[in-house]
Amino acid sequence: MLIAVSLPPDWVTLGYLAAIVLFIRGIKMLTSPKTAHNGNRLAGVGMLIAIGITLGDFHNGWLYIIPAVVVGGLVGAVASRRVAMTAMPQMVALFNGMGAGAAALIALGDFHGITGAHQSLDTIDSVTILLSCLIGGISFSGSMIAFAKLQEWMRGTPITWPLQHEINGLLLGALVGVGIAITVSGGGAVLMIAFVIGALALGIMAVLPVGGADMPVIISLLNSFTGTAAAVTGFVIANDALVVAGALVGASGSILTVLMSRAMNRSLSNVLFGAFGKTQEAGPAAAGVAPGKTVRPTSAEDLAVLLAYAQQVIFVPGYGLAVARAQHEVKALADQLKARGVRVLYAIHPVAGRMPGHMNVLLAEADVPYDELEEMDQINPEFPRTDVAVVIGANDVVNPAALNDPSSPIYGMPILRADQAKTVVVLKRSMRPGFAGIENELFYHDNTLMLFGDARDSVTKLVAEVKQQAA
Amino acid sequence: MSKTDLVLIGFFIFVLAVFLGLELITKVPSLLHTPLMSGTNFIHGIVVIGAITIAATAHDTLADVIAVAAVFLGTLNVVGGWVVTDRMLGMFKGSARQPGRPAAAQPAAASTAAAPSTEGKG
Repeated sequence: MLIAVSLPPDWVTLGYLAAIVLFIRGIKMLTSPKTAHNGNRLAGVGMLIAIGITLGDFHNGWLYIIPAVVVGGLVGAVASRRVAMTAMPQMVALFNGMGAGAAALIALGDFHGITGAHQSLDTIDSVTILLSCLIGGISFSGSMIAFAKLQEWMRGTPITWPLQHEINGLLLGALVGVGIAITVSGGGAVLMIAFVIGALALGIMAVLPVGGADMPVIISLLNSFTGTAAAVTGFVIANDALVVAGALVGASGSILTVLMSRAMNRSLSNVLFGAFGKTQEAGPAAAGVAPGKTVRPTSAEDLAVLLAYAQQVIFVPGYGLAVARAQHEVKALADQLKARGVRVLYAIHPVAGRMPGHMNVLLAEADVPYDELEEMDQINPEFPRTDVAVVIGANDVVNPAALNDPSSPIYGMPILRADQAKTVVVLKRSMRPGFAGIENELFYHDNTLMLFGDARDSVTKLVAEVKQQAA
Repeated sequence: MSKTDLVLIGFFIFVLAVFLGLELITKVPSLLHTPLMSGTNFIHGIVVIGAITIAATAHDTLADVIAVAAVFLGTLNVVGGWVVTDRMLGMFKGSARQPGRPAAAQPAAASTAAAPSTEGKG
């Protein structure tokens, strides 16, 4: 709290208050579909006010600050504009990590400012600085791992090692010890560096065991962490705008995290410590066709006939659709079928894709009308009277093991009953299991046909083939 | 006011803000979970004003480097977080506002569309 013993000027405080009010209003508006877009704009105005006021208050540092703001703004704008919609989850992780890193750096800067002036930290200084470095450091490195996993720079499956909870516990204990040493001695650059390295390591080791399918929950949790780090940083530099905005994000983020893990029918601790998808040993062979079972491959030509003469077709999109960027082709296929009088619906599982609402965003991008997207509870009764259920790049969300195999890691998760359709067609690259690494018995059902290949190519072929069917 | 007083007032505000944050988002259609996460991700970019504060009071080179890095990262969080959220929410509006594409049927979103969400296994 080097700089903050003096209070900011009144106009700064009032400006921050205005920004906070806009943030609160903005978050509230983000919770309703009609107002969400304006809510984000409102929060944006609040941010402009807060930043503008701070720049006005501290104009002596412009020489360094303005270039950093301009470069950071340009990089952020270009990166977030260019990224494909499919890559949004990892972008959220990346930007979350940036904010967390900033929070930890601010605390380090304050530490350096105090100890560099040959003062020792008082208890308030050291506790707030250490907390900010700890939470910010964990969130930074954890977000980078989440980013790397989703970007597929590293494998998405859980990475585990023996005694990992014990090792993490020991590391946390060591961090507390180092923190106490810093607090008692009132400083110590070497100790501080060790503390930061330890916090970064803890973030990495906490996220490595989490499977790629659980990553959105982790990103939400880390988002909440960064909010908390921002709030603690507000204590470090005595800035109430940071305290309030950070606390709002920390609190609302934790609720959102719980909502997400609940939608997966799993507890948060299970997400964090369960190494989901690692339990493949008990099941059939992890890759390739399970021994003793056969799949029935089909061709685009045959499938086109099936679709063209169906009464009702339901598309079940999953992450594979996002990866293949096949949403426009699927829309084109749906239009073809509708022109022939086929009733077309889309079944959206709450956890399809890799983020909440992922499938909605993708299909909306392809101009699929909202009223054709059906939630799980509405669509499930439709499957028994559906001629063809077309599963595009989805896997776990249609896996009957969730209903009838108590040994399956996803047992108990509600699924889309695509297996009840007269014919199920699964568009898939290969027989590799899904992101969660779980074998899917649906592929071996008698009424299931497999169309192997890139989803986009397959659907493009289907569009052409359906076109050739005489109406 | 002593420093302890300031911290106590800050703590008072912090606790109230936590409760406000918990109340704010109890009712969210699952459709909006991702944009909400992204929107709050943008809001904690507010750390950039803390970064500006330490940048303006830095007294040596190391402090300048730390502060400039913090300002850079904080700005990335703010700008990137806002644009990502804006793009996501733009998608939900459907085709009407997207020039250059055939305007497909575009029924009123909200009521029928409070679809899904949450995460992932695909």
